[in-house]
Amino acid sequence: MTDTVTTTGTAPAHPRARPTGSGAPATRFAVPGRISVSEQAATVWQTAMLTRIRRETPHAATFRLAVPEWAGHLPGQHLMLRLTAPDGYVAQRHYSIASAPDGSGHIELTLDRVPDGEVSGWFHTVARPGDTVEVRGPLSGFFAWPGDRPALLLGAGSGVVPLMSMVRHRRGRGLTVPLRMLVSARSPEELIYSAELGEETTTVFTRSAPQGVPVGRMTAAHVAPLLAEQPPGGWEAYVCGSNGFAEHASRLLVAAGQPVDRIRIERFG
Amino acid sequence: MNVTRGFTGRPRVPHPGLPPGQYDAGEDWPVLSAEVTPDLAPADWSFRIDGLVERPHTWNWDAAHALPASAYDGDIHCVTGWSKFGVRFGGVSLDAFFAVVRPHVSATHVVAASHTGYTTNLPLADVTGGRAWIVWEYDGRPLPSEHGGPARLVVPHLYFWKSAKWIAGLTLLDHDEPGFWEGNGYHGRGNPWEEQRYSGD
Ligand SMILES: Cc1cc2nc3c(=O)[nH]c(=O)nc-3n(C[C@H](O)[C@H](O)[C@H](O)COP(=O)(O)OP(=O)(O)OC[C@H]3O[C@@H](n4cnc5c(N)ncnc54)[C@H](O)[C@@H]3O)c2cc1C
Repeated sequence: MTDTVTTTGTAPAHPRARPTGSGAPATRFAVPGRISVSEQAATVWQTAMLTRIRRETPHAATFRLAVPEWAGHLPGQHLMLRLTAPDGYVAQRHYSIASAPDGSGHIELTLDRVPDGEVSGWFHTVARPGDTVEVRGPLSGFFAWPGDRPALLLGAGSGVVPLMSMVRHRRGRGLTVPLRMLVSARSPEELIYSAELGEETTTVFTRSAPQGVPVGRMTAAHVAPLLAEQPPGGWEAYVCGSNGFAEHASRLLVAAGQPVDRIRIERFG
Repeated sequence: MNVTRGFTGRPRVPHPGLPPGQYDAGEDWPVLSAEVTPDLAPADWSFRIDGLVERPHTWNWDAAHALPASAYDGDIHCVTGWSKFGVRFGGVSLDAFFAVVRPHVSATHVVAASHTGYTTNLPLADVTGGRAWIVWEYDGRPLPSEHGGPARLVVPHLYFWKSAKWIAGLTLLDHDEPGFWEGNGYHGRGNPWEEQRYSGD
């Protein structure tokens, strides 16, 4: 839960550890500051029981898990999940947490079905309520949004998952801090959480769209209006998706004037 | 053991070079940096070693290339689960840089810093004795920027987050100081053979 969380704002990651006078152009590029979270829970593997499966799109579904000892998380964090075969063989993957921290002892994950995917394949073809898997987490405070600063969210495909946790958190808590989301999907049918997206969201369709709606990649024209409305203190930008999307979207942000040390990136590989 | 109903997994391909919990990524080389890929030209790159050394020194691109060339041929392992076999990085052994700055006997650890401000901590013993490199070539070609080009640190016997991209310098210390991921819950040393992924592992 959020009371285990302290944030250190956007201070440099580790100013003391930086080589001094290294001749490096210290300000041109930068990693954003830490958002530190409680780490006690991260190392323990916990049993999670699948309680519900909800189809989102033809290729994605949400899996609700009961994790009674869940220590809470911040929107944007992920966990490590593992499946074990009878001979002891283990497959482990990272998944973002889709649900907002709500203290319910349940969390939700949304998985894309990867062709021949070892873990996502099991979830999409074998898993049913009552099954158990193991999780450890939450992990990485870096991509977390505590709800304390204006957030500009850019995602593509299943990259919307950790961003949705932020949107849900803001709604659930009735937060008034500005938040905007720009999401890219192949088509309206492939847009995850489409029924839940509200005024905060702008959609971009890359392959097909309803008549009259343009089709194509995310461009500077999508990003510019969002950066034109600068909230007090400026935006903290969160970018999530494939590496290709992360590179593209982060370049658009930099070109539009977003400071590099206020862009946090979660790459799904 | 907590067997997952109905899970069999991929056919097992035993590989003595594969640390526990890792899989062979084959041709893939995933990118997992948390910051914007910097647009850093070789002419703007520099590498400095300071802290507990006799003579702190800064190398520019040409000066670093004037040191004796050395390559790493082998495997790399990422904490997210993939390993990559038979990679070839070309550059200079860190030992050649240390020979110039001469570490003080009291130095026990280093903090490696990137031109982005990313940091990671390592025991000094893990980056000396032919176990670490500053590299600018991958497979005989310039190292791509998303993989840390123009130059990165490579410490292949540890998880790859220790191999700081866009390397800017090393500071030698007489104590350990957590870097970026280490301060975010990752393990202090990161030995893949002992599965030291997160602090407490
Ligand atoms: C921080 C983070 C958060 C993520 N969050 C989400 C999320 O919210 N939703 C989501 O759908 N995905 C997410 N992912 C991606 C997820 O971790 C998996 O990569 C994805 O589900 C594919 O796993 P899989 O087992 O189904 O497919 P895999 O079987 O892993 O196949 C996918 C790829 O793995 C590689 N691979 C090759 N050989 C092997 C092998 N022997 N064993 C395993 N892999 C191999 C190949 O590159 C292949 O294309 C996230 C990734 C990261 C790093």
